[in-house]
Amino acid sequence: MNTEVKIAGVTFKNPVMTASGTFGSGMEYSDFVDLNRLGAVVTKGVANVPWEGNPTPRVAEVYGGMLNAIGLQNPGIDVFMERDLEFLKNYDTNVIVNVCGKTVEDYLEVVERLSDTSVSMLEINVSCPNVKEGAIAFGQKADSLYDITSQIKKKAKQPVIMKLSPNVTDITEMAKAAEAAGADALSMINTITGMKIDIHRKKFVLANKTGGMSGPAVKPVAVRMVYQTAQAVKIPIIGMGGIGNAEDAIEFLLAGASAVAVGAMNFVNPYTTVEVVEGIEAYMKQYGIENVTELVGGVM
Amino acid sequence: MAQKRKVTATVISQKQIGEQIYDLWLETKLAKNAQPGQFVAVYPHGESMLLPRPISICEADKEKNRLRLVYRVAGKGTAEFSTCKAGDRLEVLGVLGNGFPVDKAKGKRAFLMGGGIGIPPILELAKAMDEKKQILLGYRNKDLFLEEDLAEYGDVYVATEDGSVGTRGNVMDIIKAYALHAEVIMACGPMPMLRAVKKYAEQNGIEAYISLEERMACGVGACLGCVCRTTEVDAHSHVHNARICTEGPVFEAGEVDL
Repeated sequence: MNTEVKIAGVTFKNPVMTASGTFGSGMEYSDFVDLNRLGAVVTKGVANVPWEGNPTPRVAEVYGGMLNAIGLQNPGIDVFMERDLEFLKNYDTNVIVNVCGKTVEDYLEVVERLSDTSVSMLEINVSCPNVKEGAIAFGQKADSLYDITSQIKKKAKQPVIMKLSPNVTDITEMAKAAEAAGADALSMINTITGMKIDIHRKKFVLANKTGGMSGPAVKPVAVRMVYQTAQAVKIPIIGMGGIGNAEDAIEFLLAGASAVAVGAMNFVNPYTTVEVVEGIEAYMKQYGIENVTELVGGVM
Repeated sequence: MAQKRKVTATVISQKQIGEQIYDLWLETKLAKNAQPGQFVAVYPHGESMLLPRPISICEADKEKNRLRLVYRVAGKGTAEFSTCKAGDRLEVLGVLGNGFPVDKAKGKRAFLMGGGIGIPPILELAKAMDEKKQILLGYRNKDLFLEEDLAEYGDVYVATEDGSVGTRGNVMDIIKAYALHAEVIMACGPMPMLRAVKKYAEQNGIEAYISLEERMACGVGACLGCVCRTTEVDAHSHVHNARICTEGPVFEAGEVDL
């Protein structure tokens, strides 16, 4: 039985990753799971300089999911490289760094700083809905997505994953623009913009008013978008959105994702990632599947 | 720091001890490592509710592996917990956070201050401190809870907002009413109370440690949901934010900007 997958020339021991922002840099969950068991650790977004993020409350529970408006708080690339990347060197797993910025130059600075590191891939965050500048501003129009993708591709030493926003009219148009600009892979979906109001206080629950929704309630939307996008582009897709167990992950693979990422469900069950790895293996055994890649796009 | 774990705990007993206030004893090995001021995160069973609810540790019986949680029903999750009966199971993540620095009170005259649902962690703290303690408790009305448990470990003073029991007002009014003095303060309670404690401590040059709360998601420092503003750049975040679940919930009052 072979659970290996290859994305843009990078080999992953299995198709299970962590979704950016839900797993820190792995350190916080290393009490619960053996990071060596994961296909990759995808880190919390990092910018060229430290970001303070949004005021609190930053998180709220909603039916079957949660809203967050962290605002990409991060310690900046210097600290990230000295501390977080050093920590991850102790593990036999791929490291994918999520990169964010307010301007194209910010992104390019981070991409260049990471060029001589052991980082396997870069995931470009053009889809965070919780910051005023940068991020989603680059990910909601096909021409600006094309532009930032091609500029990053010119500088990047590692393969580039563009992380797409579901908050668009047609996500396949964004996917095609990223592909045309040379993106090596896509991550999808980022969170869906939502809102919650406290009716007793007549106030927004989040200080940012809006937040990104994640969790099991968004899964059908994500599976649909992965399926549509897989029909529209040739580059591999890393699928995510509410994955909490192997059954969820297999749905994404069948819809056309080459790999999957566990996000908000890490908060619900800190052992989710490894349970998904084990569950995929059990499914393969049950159905006599030799290579996990046979599942990719396998829906009929 | 002891390893964090998610475990299944068994309910030993539960009773209502005040208006919307419940007193829950759980059997779990997490009790072994529990320190005063730390918390656990308890998962509701309802599948529509995903996130664990952070609840402070009121008492930890390390020999019998028992944790006492005293909490207020504040929403659907805690409402579900309030229906638990002996023998029921609850998923619990713990033990989390950094508690009260008991060592800092060594040989000092201390105020332990609790306001409302901030009172429960004061009990385990009072048990852990050998020093003479003045325990100042603030309630809304005569619906008191835990004041008898706390009286075993120090001199208890009560304030109520409506004046029905003890001093009218809050814990700060107790200090004035009895002209009390302390060299160190440990406090947990609502934000207005903590702001008042911080100000009082600063004006009087007293060391103070306060326990904060915020809406949390992961409880383990990954999501950055539950931060508070810090006066200096925080060593972990490298910005003016510290994670309440991980660096806190207890902070030296001067470290945080309320």
